[in-house]
Amino acid sequence: MEIKCSGCGAEVGPDDRFCESCGLRQPARADHAEQDLGAVVGITDRGLRHRRNEDSMASRVLDDTVITVVSDGVSVSDRPDEASRLAVDTAAERLAELIGQVGPETATEQAAAAAAAAVIDMAPSGDRDHAPACTYVSAVITPEAVTVGWIGDSRAYWLAGESQLLTADDSWAFEAVSAGRFTAEQAAADPRAHALTRWMGADAGLTPAHVTTFRPTGPGLVLLCSDGLWNYCPSAEGLAGLVMPDAVTAPLPAAKILIQFALLHGGHDNITATLTPFPPERKPR
Amino acid sequence: MSGSPEFRIDVYQNEYLPEGASLVNAIVTVTSQAGAAPATAGTVDRRLAEAIIVDCSGSMDYPRSKIQAAKRATSTAIDTLPDGVSFAVIVGNDQAYHLYPADGSLAVAGPATRAEAKQALGRLGASGGTAIGRWLTMANQTLSTAPSGAIRHAILLTDGRNQHEGPAELDAAIAACQGRFVCDCRGVGTDWEVSELRKIASGLLGTVDIVANPADLEADFRAMTSAAMGKAVADVVLRLWTPKDAAIQFVKQVAPTIEDLTGRRTSSGPQRGDYPLGSWGTELRDYHVCVQVPVGKVGDVMLAGRVSVVGEGSEPLAQGMIKAVWTDDEALSTRISVEVAHYTGQAELAEAIQDGMAARRAGDVERATSKLGRAVKLALDSGNAESARLLANVVDVVDPVTGTVRLKSKVSEEDAMTLDTRSTKTSRVRGNKD
Repeated sequence: MEIKCSGCGAEVGPDDRFCESCGLRQPARADHAEQDLGAVVGITDRGLRHRRNEDSMASRVLDDTVITVVSDGVSVSDRPDEASRLAVDTAAERLAELIGQVGPETATEQAAAAAAAAVIDMAPSGDRDHAPACTYVSAVITPEAVTVGWIGDSRAYWLAGESQLLTADDSWAFEAVSAGRFTAEQAAADPRAHALTRWMGADAGLTPAHVTTFRPTGPGLVLLCSDGLWNYCPSAEGLAGLVMPDAVTAPLPAAKILIQFALLHGGHDNITATLTPFPPERKPR
Repeated sequence: MSGSPEFRIDVYQNEYLPEGASLVNAIVTVTSQAGAAPATAGTVDRRLAEAIIVDCSGSMDYPRSKIQAAKRATSTAIDTLPDGVSFAVIVGNDQAYHLYPADGSLAVAGPATRAEAKQALGRLGASGGTAIGRWLTMANQTLSTAPSGAIRHAILLTDGRNQHEGPAELDAAIAACQGRFVCDCRGVGTDWEVSELRKIASGLLGTVDIVANPADLEADFRAMTSAAMGKAVADVVLRLWTPKDAAIQFVKQVAPTIEDLTGRRTSSGPQRGDYPLGSWGTELRDYHVCVQVPVGKVGDVMLAGRVSVVGEGSEPLAQGMIKAVWTDDEALSTRISVEVAHYTGQAELAEAIQDGMAARRAGDVERATSKLGRAVKLALDSGNAESARLLANVVDVVDPVTGTVRLKSKVSEEDAMTLDTRSTKTSRVRGNKD
């Protein structure tokens, strides 16, 4: 497919960050990308309203362990697409290095810290107002457990017979409902609903990620997603209803269904979902 | 033999521009780390070809110590050449001569050739005039017999003005030698013309300095020869890509000395040009790049320039990006880049010294006082202690804060020339990396 520069119309290479003719920065990557590593699949899509895709995803398969990370660039910050890309790449690499040494929980903490530090480093010194920023959610899925780490409002779900949300958003709406001050409907309708209370970026400082470990009692599916998906279906049961039980054996078609679902409901934001069947499929040696 | 150096480029700028602005300034720092320790006497670096050009005009005999010191220094330079290096000694007055080897070839340094060269040097007398362009032309011919990829270097030693050929002849000779070899120039005594040697050194990417006391020549030659030995890669260029419809305002080396490279550009493809940087060992140089780009919309991010260092191959050895980001946030667009501001000041300082000294020579006391006063203030403000020290030899500082000075009534010619010669030496600064 031929890509044209949005500034001058010159042809642009698929991996060019800047137009080689007029120098204008190009959207960080393709509007739509699919990744199928067997044990884990992921799709990211620009949606219908945003000019570019600022979400990023990265997954790795190590023997019987799956690493998957999703990040959503904060639109009002500078270079959100680069921030989310850097966060997921940094975290996936650190997780792959650390899991064997320190175990999933410590690895999750340290990988999130490394990702946050990398995003903080993107900010020009002294410039906190425009610091690149993003959300973050990671999962380490072993045959025994699912360890999740997050900052912000990207989510992890367990989809099975008894589906559940594994994360608790760092957002105004989530905290207001948790504190019992608002009902879910009231909070969702509030203009502050989507305001993040924690994120990765120089203006947030180096805040630790939440880390939790979930031990499934049977087979199921781990879903990581940006709010571009869950906005249209926040409940774990609802999401499971869209794709289960086929998703456990055919995760890529299931991921397509989830993206399609969000697009059909308006696609107001970038949409990203990764799906990992549990227990993870052992990587063939 | 030195390994091929590792290059690195860092870009310092405030990339944020206010709405409607189009001028992008950046300081580009190029550092190189030679793979192995620079070769020293006794080791072999066959890639170096060295021409030593010695003035033997009649004036070198007055005082006689001048020609003796030049001969002694040239001997030292020959002694510092390690075995295996190619070399030649060229002498010049109103003509140029192959002193050694006499057939105009390059000799390979070794105990026998070094002894022969020094013997030839011993027989050298001083007579005739000065035509430096002819000396350079001969050095170029001799050095061009070195294998391609060799580090071609010359040391030029003179004591007088270029009186026996016209400026056009000298300019043509410099132009013909450009990119062929690097030439370090040394003026002996105080009868030579600063602007003349600066023109040669600048055109041939070398250094220029005064050797007021002939006795100091030996140490200086030793330093120049070992610096040339430390060079590990020749013919490096700075490649600059700019957006379509951009206009390059200037490309200047700003450290260790100021050299305007703007006019040296040769096209290397669409929207791309190369600026010659000469040969490199382990070192650091700063460049100031100023590009006018088409104005973007608020929120646009533009690559305003891509700078790379290119050696023998076509693949960049290092690369850096100069950016432009348009913003309506004044807090961002009004931020000063410490590096850009510093080197803008250093360029003004060099200009003020040169203008001031020219006015002083012309007897324009008012202009000289004003320019040199400005120079004192700039030197002190920017921490350029060396320039401040040299300025103090020429003016009495009345008030350093306002830059009020009085011209000294008695200034040695040596001090005046030293200040002028070294006016392009800059101090460095480092703020936060942007």
